[in-house]
Amino acid sequence: MERRTVPGRLSWQLGEVLATRAETARTKSITLAVPNWIGHRAGQHMDVRLTAEDGYQTERSYSIASPPEQEQRLTLTVERLDDGEVSPYLVDELRVGDKLELRGPIGGYFVWEAHMGGPLLLVAGGSGIVPLMAMIRHRAAVGSTIPTRLLYSSRSSEDVIYRDELDRLVRSTTLLEVVQTLTRVQPPGWTGYHRRIDTEMLRELAWPPDQRPLMFICGPTPFVETAAASLVALGYEPGRIKTERFGPTGEA
Amino acid sequence: MENKLDGNAAGGILQEIFPFEMTLVQASCTGCGATDAIGALAVYKHGMGTVVRCPSCDTVLIRVAHTKGRYWLDMRGVRVLQISAEA
Repeated sequence: MERRTVPGRLSWQLGEVLATRAETARTKSITLAVPNWIGHRAGQHMDVRLTAEDGYQTERSYSIASPPEQEQRLTLTVERLDDGEVSPYLVDELRVGDKLELRGPIGGYFVWEAHMGGPLLLVAGGSGIVPLMAMIRHRAAVGSTIPTRLLYSSRSSEDVIYRDELDRLVRSTTLLEVVQTLTRVQPPGWTGYHRRIDTEMLRELAWPPDQRPLMFICGPTPFVETAAASLVALGYEPGRIKTERFGPTGEA
Repeated sequence: MENKLDGNAAGGILQEIFPFEMTLVQASCTGCGATDAIGALAVYKHGMGTVVRCPSCDTVLIRVAHTKGRYWLDMRGVRVLQISAEA
């Protein structure tokens, strides 16, 4: 992909909602058209700003779920936090044709592109799957065969975002493994993990340290700190562990 | 309660000010001398703005806010910024 030599300053612009799609009871994907969209890299996020009638403004960051190969539009997946200032509006109120104030794409640090190699270990807690899904979709779109493991923690199978697509990708692409842990409610006959991610689980699932995997962790702050500290304790290089915390809310 | 985030969370407002992708910019801490990509630093968002801290020694590297039509940028905790001119 062509890289601009100087990205330039960001400013707020208006995107138009092209489509929305419920992913789970609490999450929705919102596809937007942004004028003069310059494209993004898998793992980047957007800032969204809402302005109330009295002028009060508030902004939040949301990861881009779509791969760079989905050109000229981007998809955010947003989880509704019941006490949130922004997410209830985005999930419950926003309609096709509405305009939304956006700034981005943001970030070059929490980014993975196929040329960066692997093996790849992705660790997601709840809606922390979103930027990692952009990486998995990018990997599939370019036909990469870099060995990739996703460890994905959710409360229940109903809370698993992109469940069907992940199943499909595991069947249709090479060397992609998805391991789920369901921390609160498991369906009958569930034989997978049913506890929060811990050092022992990462020891079983992460690539051996001598393979020098690239690791990306995204989820609520306590989740990310547990996973990152466990990987460091297991002997992985801190410099190859990249984290994106989305705050203390939520639980996975 | 403080809301601990990563340097990614400061990328938006910093790139409103600087014409570079800022999470890959290397910042050296005046407190302990550690040098890291801004994306690897700790970020706290408050009503008044964004605070970037050193994950090693907790020194405040950057405070930034946008209010009343101005950017307020305090970088006294940064000894050196290394900005790649190529990416």
